[in-house]
Amino acid sequence: MTGHRTAIRCARITKTFGSGEAVVHALRGIDLEVRCGEMMALVGPSGCGKTSLISIMAGLLQRDEGELEVMGTDPGALSGHERTKWRGANVGFIFQQFNLIPQVSILENAAVPLLLRNVPRREAHDRAAALLREVGLAGRENSRPTKLSGGQQQRVAIARALVNEPRILVCDEPTSALDGATGQRVMGLIREITQREDRVVILVTHDERIYHFADRIAHLDDGRVTHVSTPAEALAESAARMGEAATARR
Amino acid sequence: MRSIAIKMLFGDSAKFYGILLGLAFATLLIAQQSSIFVGLMSRTYALIEETPQPDLWVVDPTLLFVDDTKPMQVTALQRVRSVQGVLWAVPMYKSLLVAKLPNGSRQLCDVVGVDDASLIGAPPTMVQGSVEVLRNPDTVIIETRGQRGRLAQPVDLETPSGPKRKIEVGELLELNEKRAVIGGIAETTPTFQAVPTIYTTYSRAISYAPATRRTLSMVLVKADPSVPIAELQRRIARETELSVYTPREFAWMTIEFWMKQTGIPINFGIAIALGFLVGVAIAGQMFYNFTLDNLKYFGAMKAMGATTPRLLGLVALQGLVAGALGLGMGLGATSIVGLTIPPDKLAFKMTWHIPIIAAGAVIFIVVASSAFSMRRVAKLDPAEVFQG
Repeated sequence: MTGHRTAIRCARITKTFGSGEAVVHALRGIDLEVRCGEMMALVGPSGCGKTSLISIMAGLLQRDEGELEVMGTDPGALSGHERTKWRGANVGFIFQQFNLIPQVSILENAAVPLLLRNVPRREAHDRAAALLREVGLAGRENSRPTKLSGGQQQRVAIARALVNEPRILVCDEPTSALDGATGQRVMGLIREITQREDRVVILVTHDERIYHFADRIAHLDDGRVTHVSTPAEALAESAARMGEAATARR
Repeated sequence: MRSIAIKMLFGDSAKFYGILLGLAFATLLIAQQSSIFVGLMSRTYALIEETPQPDLWVVDPTLLFVDDTKPMQVTALQRVRSVQGVLWAVPMYKSLLVAKLPNGSRQLCDVVGVDDASLIGAPPTMVQGSVEVLRNPDTVIIETRGQRGRLAQPVDLETPSGPKRKIEVGELLELNEKRAVIGGIAETTPTFQAVPTIYTTYSRAISYAPATRRTLSMVLVKADPSVPIAELQRRIARETELSVYTPREFAWMTIEFWMKQTGIPINFGIAIALGFLVGVAIAGQMFYNFTLDNLKYFGAMKAMGATTPRLLGLVALQGLVAGALGLGMGLGATSIVGLTIPPDKLAFKMTWHIPIIAAGAVIFIVVASSAFSMRRVAKLDPAEVFQG
């Protein structure tokens, strides 16, 4: 369900790392808008600036120049402490490698964002348990992450990302550690849960098989957004490129 | 979050037990070696500790430590008694003499002669008989370690190297060709010289000793309650030209002699330093590695809204828990060593200072390794969680 209000607005955002001869221009002027309730995929070759862009959008990294507004707030204008609190309240994260703490149960893992916000333990566990039920892990609350399959671990990560009821969900290659079928199920779950809540989802992926879950796809190359397309257009472009490559090889 | 931090620590069992063992081993080495050092040093002044009655000890000015007997002329006793403010002053004899045992063998013994009248200086704890037996003719008291150790007698006199039995009350020793009947057995603090101690009266002791003009080893003095001890100490020193020490001063002088004149402090210092280094090397390194292994989780927490002070608090809590458990295990093991090995086999004395010193060392190790770990956590860029 794509809304029309702007949730995230990036204008002329630049970011460089290093200095002198070692300088790397990660972002060279990004202009992008993401609407409320939209799932936007960021795609492009390695090193094109996808990770830098989601890090800036999520308040993890400071931009050098440009303007940014995320749900009415410029995270770059906040102090470090305020930005941390803002992230805790507004952003949910799903990581490529899940980053679940192996020594504690999945219930405690899912409750971590709430515990970090000093929500009482019992309430945090109740809310985490409800989300674990929602992602299909009822009855497994006391299991350790290492006892679960990759798909199940990513479900725990989804529960953990949503337990704080964030307005923005940032997913970094959420299917790269999963097989194709499991990846489809996990993305279906993310899509289903986030659509209901009218959340913004920013998805970084190389996996074309999950393009169709996104509402729009922003193509990045060399630190710039080259164009924004629908999933169908993106898949057609990809197919065309593959065809050209095959012809060239012949 | 505290319970999660502790579970993270306990859950990484290989590193957790490594950290615990490192800290416990460091604590054990530090506390055990310190306790043995204190035990050995306290043995050097055992006689002073077991003779609590006098306020002052008067000795020859050239005497360096309690076992360094420099006999004085017997007139010294009268000179001390004549000082105003002396409530009482009694003689004490102390010297190494050779005793002939019932089976004919000879053994060097520390002979202590106490005041004939008051028996001040006699052993405080008797396990057989009483100190009053010293009033009987030719009677001596021996202590338990000598009774079952160097004074023990062969069960079969034909095989002196065979099994031995304890020497018993009623058996005869010879000191300088004179008979000495064992009249009682005392329980005393082991001495540094590790030779049997024989207690008798002053007059009998000097009859056992080779004839000499100087037979008075020490004079034990009680101050009149109306005179400050420090004032009396000055008076006696001034009027007799002898050295006068309070029991504490005398004990410290003895300790200092052994510390300065022997390699004991250096040897124990090396062992204690090794314990500390083991703690730093094993526990510190493991704790640091433990934090490094968990950096990605701390990074994820930082991304999810954990402030840096909050994360540092979690690291500090992990260090504190590991430190407390390691210290407890180490001190427990040290106590077991001290309680299970008999005092005559191991000089062990854990004073209240030792656990505090060990705790200080463990706190230093934990704080230092936590500080390195915390530095990594504090510098952690939450954006790194997207680096895969």
